[in-house]
Amino acid sequence: MSETNAVSSSKESRAVRENLHPGNWEYVQIAVVLAIITGAEVMVYYQEAVRSLIVPILLILSACKFTLVAMFFMHLKFDNRIFSIFFSGPLVLAFAVMMAVLSLFHRVLLGA
Amino acid sequence: MAEASLAGHLEAHEPETTTGLNHRKVLMWIFLGSECLFFGSLISTYLIYRNRSLVGPFPQDTFDIPYTSVSSFVLLMSSLTMVLALAAAHRRNLAQMRLWLLTTALLGTVFIGGQVYEFTSFVNHGLSLSKNLFGTTFFVLTGFHGAHVTVGVIIMLSLVFNSWRGGIKEGETLGIEIAGLYWHFVDVVWIVIFTVVYLLPY
Amino acid sequence: MATAEHTTATSHPKHRRFGGIWSWVFTVDHKRIGILYLVTAIFFFLVGGLEALLVRSQLAFPGGTVVGPDTFNELFTMHATTMVFLSLMPMSVSFFNIVVPLQIGARDVAFPRLNAFSYWVYLFGALLLNSSYLFGGAPNAGWFGYANLTELPFNNATHGIDFWVLGLQVLGVSSMAGAFNFLVTIVNCRAPGMTFMRMPLFTWMTLVTSFLLVFAFPVLTVGLIELMFDRFFGTNFFNPAAGADPILWQHLFWLFGHPEVYILILPAMGIVSDVLPTFSRKPLFGYPVVAYSGVAIGFMAWGVWVHHMFTAGLGPVADAVFSLTTMLIAVPTGIKIFNWIGTIWGGTLNMKTPLYFALGFIAMFTIGGLSGVMLASPPADWLEADTYFVVAHLHYVLFGGTIYGLFAGIYYWFPKVTGRMLDETFGLIHFWLMTIGFNLTFAPMHVLGMDGMPRRIYTYPTGMGWDLWNLVATIGAFTIGASILVFVYNAMSSVRFGKRAGADPWDGRTLEWMIPSPPPDYNFVQIPYVHGREPLWLEKHPETGLGHGHPVPVPIAGGAPELGEYANGGPTADDLGIHLPDPSYYPFIAALGLALTFAGLLIGKAPPPSWMSVVGLLCLFYGVYGWIFEPVTGY
Repeated sequence: MSETNAVSSSKESRAVRENLHPGNWEYVQIAVVLAIITGAEVMVYYQEAVRSLIVPILLILSACKFTLVAMFFMHLKFDNRIFSIFFSGPLVLAFAVMMAVLSLFHRVLLGA
Repeated sequence: MAEASLAGHLEAHEPETTTGLNHRKVLMWIFLGSECLFFGSLISTYLIYRNRSLVGPFPQDTFDIPYTSVSSFVLLMSSLTMVLALAAAHRRNLAQMRLWLLTTALLGTVFIGGQVYEFTSFVNHGLSLSKNLFGTTFFVLTGFHGAHVTVGVIIMLSLVFNSWRGGIKEGETLGIEIAGLYWHFVDVVWIVIFTVVYLLPY
Repeated sequence: MATAEHTTATSHPKHRRFGGIWSWVFTVDHKRIGILYLVTAIFFFLVGGLEALLVRSQLAFPGGTVVGPDTFNELFTMHATTMVFLSLMPMSVSFFNIVVPLQIGARDVAFPRLNAFSYWVYLFGALLLNSSYLFGGAPNAGWFGYANLTELPFNNATHGIDFWVLGLQVLGVSSMAGAFNFLVTIVNCRAPGMTFMRMPLFTWMTLVTSFLLVFAFPVLTVGLIELMFDRFFGTNFFNPAAGADPILWQHLFWLFGHPEVYILILPAMGIVSDVLPTFSRKPLFGYPVVAYSGVAIGFMAWGVWVHHMFTAGLGPVADAVFSLTTMLIAVPTGIKIFNWIGTIWGGTLNMKTPLYFALGFIAMFTIGGLSGVMLASPPADWLEADTYFVVAHLHYVLFGGTIYGLFAGIYYWFPKVTGRMLDETFGLIHFWLMTIGFNLTFAPMHVLGMDGMPRRIYTYPTGMGWDLWNLVATIGAFTIGASILVFVYNAMSSVRFGKRAGADPWDGRTLEWMIPSPPPDYNFVQIPYVHGREPLWLEKHPETGLGHGHPVPVPIAGGAPELGEYANGGPTADDLGIHLPDPSYYPFIAALGLALTFAGLLIGKAPPPSWMSVVGLLCLFYGVYGWIFEPVTGY
């Protein structure tokens, strides 16, 4: 008998698919939420009242969209955690490096 | 064993892997990780040169936010159709899978068409690759994104064609799933670009 | 306790087979691809070495007239580019290929055709880059190609930079494809029972290096794309007249460049971590710490890049932060050195050539590390940067480090690959001649740097106090050349006439020594079950309670009893019912298509694409589609 370090793919993933997998209606709901958030982003763009907060608001809204697509459409929420690590690792790295480089150019932090 | 497509081969002869995860799926996720660094560098370049153009046209005078919002919406919806295609494949409904894949490809093409129109109008307003920093960074960043979308459309059409000629067996979902991961990632990159390039105020 | 192979020997279609040279061109076997990489990398080592000897000849005497300034610029640029991208990295990859699947108990890598593709793209990229010599001139702006010296207004006498930009992008595809492959292989193809903490250190370092490769190369790619677009399409990425900042290039390049130097050193460290236990007859001291230090280096590699830019005027805050991070990264590196010493300490040393090179690595790399710490301090660096002090440092770590480690690997694994031993006497001559030559060449450069000799100058006047050490360095360089000749002679004659090696000539500790030398194409008759770290040692020493007292599984009927050697060729994969992937020509075609697409940009700047790029794209599409739809006979 062979020992593997994690679940064998065919049996358990089928179970995951059948029990936890979002159905078509859930996907449509998520798409509607994404559309609403996009609409909100555009509305915020035109609202003078929140101009001073527009950067954090927009960044948070787009981060929400990013997360929804990654977790549900890309199925990360239901898949083996290794995939989340393989994706979030470089994502964090890219973000950290981007922040460092932008700081070195004084575009953000360090006297922006 | 008959001649098989990529997806066909895998389900029939899935090799045992140490983690239990499929090789190709692991590969796609690592590839998408590397793409984070790729687009991250391009976006960084854009942000470093933001508001630094010495001559116009400038972004605030050039962008048509309502127009781009519509094309962003189109790309977002293509992610929905992609995931519906995968769901259809899981349910072994190959005809519906093909329909949703075609729709995804169509929406992607509409997005590209929208980009082409947008770029052309920008060029007509005097913005070019070499005009200023805005033209340089904008066209290269969104151009590479558009190239990625185009490759995605080609992949979708290839899947449809392959399925049509019987290359994808019922229940074989891995190829669709992996193509979907790529497609969603390209969409996610646009989510970032739309916010950071178009919406953040200049 | 081994996994059962599913034996459906009769159910697969006829194998694709190619004869003669085509069996090499279309191979997907990791061992053959590894040999292709090794031979090509050694060839380019000679090319880079020749470029170095020309540089040193020019600098032997003040007012040298061996080459003019423009050629000199091309020589030092190509020497570095060749050594880094065409020799050292591919040599490491050759060992990833040959050794890692064997060490983890796999039959091949996760994607054999992608593996073949990686090699051919490397070869075509190398040829593309070197063809610049024939088409007007090689790149001449250093291996780091700083903008805006590389921009058109300042660099348009030849197309060298265009070759550089395109060649490196092609090579980047090769490196990334290979790294993806090894990542999936190490994650997903380990034998049962081989957890991460039971993997040999070489495999560990391959894992960390592969992560660095897949995350660092995209950044270089973006930098190269931006430079390419500036030169080809008139964009403004590095054009100060449009408000751009050429320092952006330096950031993008070194964001790649610093992880790159760890990509260069970690595999060699992995080799040393495997060689020392074998030749000290003791387990690696502090295995978990050495593994984790490698991982730590991989993470910290991303936080130090600005130390290549201390003289760029980024300001005291930036300089201070990166000085700190740079000094910190010396910590895991130092930890490894102490653990290696701990491994040797109290061991029964088997003084053979691999051990000599591993010991040389420790000594030389430590010296390089010390000069590195001196460079980590910005005030000191302001005096040392762009002088020969840095040349000394980088060669102590890359030559004294990486190349010594790679030679240790060559002497160590040559018997496994060829079934013959490299001659020990010539090996020691190679080692001592190289060590004397290497130190004669580079030790004086510390002094030259301190005495103010700048880098990248094609000549110098007499009376600066530089004459003696330059001459000594040149003599040393030719001594290195002589040692390489000894090695090449040794390699070529040992392949044919070397003493026959059994499966386990070094009394090894890891799985690759369990199978015949050279290995059969299926590697293992049965995939072994791994009980612990150093699984072969456990098998050979049943007193540990974890092994079985015999080094190899029972040979199949018709085989010889000796350590898994088979008298008449031994059973084939078909005999054993093992499915191996068939050779394929699509990776070769796709690689050719990719190279032609890029090369075509040189003969006519798109749009529209030149005929060569169109042919290349068609070739690429044909190769990729053929690859995807090719009937695979399974593994």
